[in-house]
Parts: sequence; structure tokens; C-alpha cells
Amino acid sequence: MSNLVKNIVRFCLLILAQVYILNQVPPLHRLVTPYIYFIFILWLPFKMGRRTQMLLAFALGFTLDCFTNTYGLHAAACVLIAYIRPFLINVLISQEGTESNYYEPSIQSMGFTPYLTYVTILTFIHHTFLFFLQALQTGGYFYFLLKSLTSTAISLLLILLIELLFVRKQRFRTNTI
Amino acid sequence: MKTMRNILLFIRIYFTFIFFLFLMGLSFYMLFSYNKYHHAAYSRVAGEITGNISKKYNGIEYYFQLKRTNDSLVKANAALYNKLKQDYEIPDTANKMIIDTLTLDSIQQQRKYLYMPAKVVYNSVNLLNNYVELHRGGQQGITPDMGVIDVNNSVVGTVVDVSNNYAVVMSLLHEQSNLSARLKKGGETGIVTYDGKTPGILYLKDISKLAKIHQGDTVVTSGFSDKFPRGLLVGYVKDILNDKSSSTYTIRVNPAANFENLQYVYIINNLQKEEPAQLLKKVKSK
Repeated sequence: MSNLVKNIVRFCLLILAQVYILNQVPPLHRLVTPYIYFIFILWLPFKMGRRTQMLLAFALGFTLDCFTNTYGLHAAACVLIAYIRPFLINVLISQEGTESNYYEPSIQSMGFTPYLTYVTILTFIHHTFLFFLQALQTGGYFYFLLKSLTSTAISLLLILLIELLFVRKQRFRTNTI
Repeated sequence: MKTMRNILLFIRIYFTFIFFLFLMGLSFYMLFSYNKYHHAAYSRVAGEITGNISKKYNGIEYYFQLKRTNDSLVKANAALYNKLKQDYEIPDTANKMIIDTLTLDSIQQQRKYLYMPAKVVYNSVNLLNNYVELHRGGQQGITPDMGVIDVNNSVVGTVVDVSNNYAVVMSLLHEQSNLSARLKKGGETGIVTYDGKTPGILYLKDISKLAKIHQGDTVVTSGFSDKFPRGLLVGYVKDILNDKSSSTYTIRVNPAANFENLQYVYIINNLQKEEPAQLLKKVKSK
């Protein structure tokens, strides 16, 4: 499957899973609202242009917003993490040439600890920003800080499960520099 | 000329950041301009598209809930059977009730509320602001600000946005939702709201501390709003939060409608909405 088709399928499946599974389950606890759709942004290729990444992130967030009738809420959070992503990858990649040897971020291409740090930081930023925007409308800032912490934990657990269930095989592409 | 070049250079260097700010600004504009009263133009198109996808999904999901849907319809049917006229037979004495033929509903003059059934295609329960999407829209006689109830006569929410074939309902589990309600036993009226923090719990505010309230008491609509008739179920009292600094109670209420498996709802059209509204407008303009 070509990478373009793979990413399109990913986009659709993640949106559908978020809208029809995670938004449908009865609330686990008053502090927990799990999100997984944004791993589409985490899994975008290393070499994609930054503006393209942000545009795709905006499209992803806006699509989810259309389903939940919260126009602009998820789009803003997605654009933020798409903007931060390249900086984080630059800081976290340890080996020389990972960006050119591998196609996209994963445990295999980045190593377990850097990848986990990468996912944790972006998940936390996404959740905090999302719940902060909601707190602007309702108030209760301490509550939303607590909520972003617990929701991040649950979302991370789900992302870890997805990583274990759907193994993404990465080809090592030599001599491509 | 040089400043012009510098500006262009600046834009070229920081173009990614400017693009980021532009997308962020666009999101914020959409976020803060969309609310209950101001409907964005794109929400109509988006509503048609997401409604279509949700309808397809609901076609599958519906089968898994057939039993529960059937149970609730049977219950609603039983309640209606119990209201049939032949179930009430008064011995033929002087007490026989005579209905004034003038007020009979023969020419639709006296009808106030018209109920229109609709299929639910999407609803959410665990977000801060929850919406229900219905497969019935402007072309089928739905307009914004109509009330929505489920098959067992419990309040679900208010229509906020309508496209050609779909309608979006702001559920009671929405932070902007305000419903005038009354305790069935004592008759004290208050406002039912939702704070978005504890899922599935409504708050009944402004109930005087003189009222006698018990756990499990029924809360019904007051009939003061023009969306809902009097006496529709809203929920049951869960517990009472006693705030010593205030002269009113805040009561936590379990909603009567089961938001997690809504399949069919009724939309209430108030046919006599215009006249009192116009009268009120006339009084206010004086």
C-alpha cells in the first residue's frame, strides 16, 4: 500500500473510531475523556513540510469538529501540536540520519524512550490546550488541569495498546541521503 | 524600496509561523463565533455530510439496540393505552363529564402542541457540550427552538440548528442548556442546568429552602417556556447540596431520559407560539 493511501485510510479510521467508539462509550469518570484521533499527526512522515503538516492537522481537527459541533476546538489543538512536532523530533532523535533512514516516527525508528517522550509530551499538550479552551468558556481551572492529567494517562494507555495491536513495520531505507 | 524588500524577506523567513498563526486564528474565530444563537454558514453543509455518515453508522448500531428500543416503545404504548377514554367509565349519574364541543379539536383551532417523530442518527454523552443529531430537518417542518422529548415523555433538549434533512439538538447535557422546571410534589420552580464536569448529572437551582424535598422526587417541566408543555418528565432528585451562604437549594438531578441509547424522539412544535410572543413584544416596546 502506498504511503498516501495508507495515510488517507488512517485519517478516516481514526476519525470514525473517535466519533463512533470513544465519544459513544459511557463516561468512565468525570475526569476522563479519552482521545486517540490525533495520533494521525504523530505518525505523519518525517520529511513532510511543516506547512503541509499544519494544514493536514487543521483538516483533521475540523473534520472531528463537524461531528461534535464544536467548530474550531479540536482544530486549534491539532494545529498547535503539528507546529510543535518538528522541534520535538529534532530534540529527541538521537541517531544521525534517522529522518532519512526511516519514513515516520515509531518505536522502531526513534527508540522506545524517545518515542514515548514524544508521544507523552504531544498528548499532554493536546489535552491541556483542548481542556483549557473549554475552561475559558466554563471556568474551573483547577478541575481542567486535573482533567487533562488523567485524560492524558488514559489516552496514553490507549495509544500504547494501538501500538501493540497494529505493529507498523518500518523499512530501513539505506543510501537515501 | 528597501523596506519593502525587508518586509518580504521577513514574511519569507517567518512564513511557517505566520501560517501557524493564521490557522490558529481561523480556529479561534470559528470557536468563539459559534454559539447557540449565531449559526455559522458552514454548519449547514457540514450537518448534511456528517448526518449522512451517521445515518449509515446508525443503520448498523440500531440492530444492537432493537431490544431496548422495543421495550421502551412497549412502555410508551402501555402508557398511551392507559389514557384511552374507554378505560375511564363513570357510573351514569349526574357526575358524567361533558366536553364542551366548542373547544373540540375538530378544525385544529385549539391545538397547541404538535408532535413530530424523528430518528436519532448521532448523539454523544461524555463531552462537555453534547448534541443529538436527528434525521429530520427544515424540509420536514423543523425550525430552531423547538423542544425535543424521548418516547417516554422525558425532556431531551432543544433544536438549535437545522439543515435541509437533518437537525442538531442541544441536549440537556450542554453547558448552555437552561430549562425551567418544577418539583412535581411541591410545585416550586427552578432552573435545570448542566455544568459539564460530572457526566450525566443535572443541577436544579433556585429552589427555595422552604421547600420539602426528598430523594427520588420527580422534577417536571414548568410550562413557563414556550417549547415544552407542562408536566413532562425531566428527572429525579439524586441529592441536595446545602449551601449555607445561599437562601436557595441546589439539587442534583438524575435525568429521566436515557441519553446513552436514544433511538427515536419527538419534536414538539408549539403552534400558538406567535401570539404571546407578539403581545410581549408590544408591551416591551411601549
